[in-house]
Amino acid sequence: MDAFFLGIAVTLCLMMLLALYRAISGPTAIDRIMGVNVIGTKTTILLVLIGTLYHRVDMFVDIALAYALLNFIVTIGASRYFQHHKNLQPRGYGFRFKAEEDK
Amino acid sequence: MNSVIIFLIVTGLILFLATTVGLLRFPDFYSRMHAAGKGDTLSSLLMLGGLALYEFHEINVATLLVGAKILLIAVFIFMASPTATHAITDAGYESGVKPWQKEKTASEDEG
Repeated sequence: MDAFFLGIAVTLCLMMLLALYRAISGPTAIDRIMGVNVIGTKTTILLVLIGTLYHRVDMFVDIALAYALLNFIVTIGASRYFQHHKNLQPRGYGFRFKAEEDK
Repeated sequence: MNSVIIFLIVTGLILFLATTVGLLRFPDFYSRMHAAGKGDTLSSLLMLGGLALYEFHEINVATLLVGAKILLIAVFIFMASPTATHAITDAGYESGVKPWQKEKTASEDEG
C-alpha cells in the first residue's frame, strides 16, 4: 500500500508541474491566480499523502488544514485585488503586456 | 477495503488529469476556470475520502481523530473551492476579460 501511495504522490507532482505551466505563462494575471489555486489545493492532498507515507498523519494533517485555509485566503485576496484592473487582457504574450502598456 | 480506497484515489487522480488537460488546452479564461473549478473540487474530495478511509483501517481514538480531521479538510475544500472559483471568475468578468470566439473580428486582429 505504501508503494501505491508513493506512486500517487509522484503522479500528483507531475500533474502539478503541468498546472505550473499555466501559472507561469498564463496570458492574464487571473489565469496565474487560477493555476496557483489548483496547485495549492493539490498541495493539501500531497501533505496528507506524505503524512501517510511517513506514518505521521497526526502531525501532517494539521499542516494540511492550515495550508488549505491559507490557500483560500490568498485566492480570495488576490482575486479581490485584481477585480477592477482594466488592463488584464494581454496585448502580446505573457510577460510583455505590462511593458507595452507603459509606452 | 483496500480496493475501495484504490478506486477512490485513482478516480480522483483521473479527474485531476482531466483538470490539468483542460487547464492547458482550453482557449480562454472562462472555460479554463470551468475545468479547474469542478475537476479540482471533486478530485480533492475523492482523494481525501480515500485517505480518510485508509486511516480507519483500525478503530481507536487517535485514528478516529485523524480521520475526522481529514474529513474536515474535505468539507472545507468543498465549501472554499467553489467560492474561490466564483471570486476569480467574478474578478475576470469585472475587469472585462473577453470570452473566446471562434472567428476573429478585425479589431482583435489589429490588437
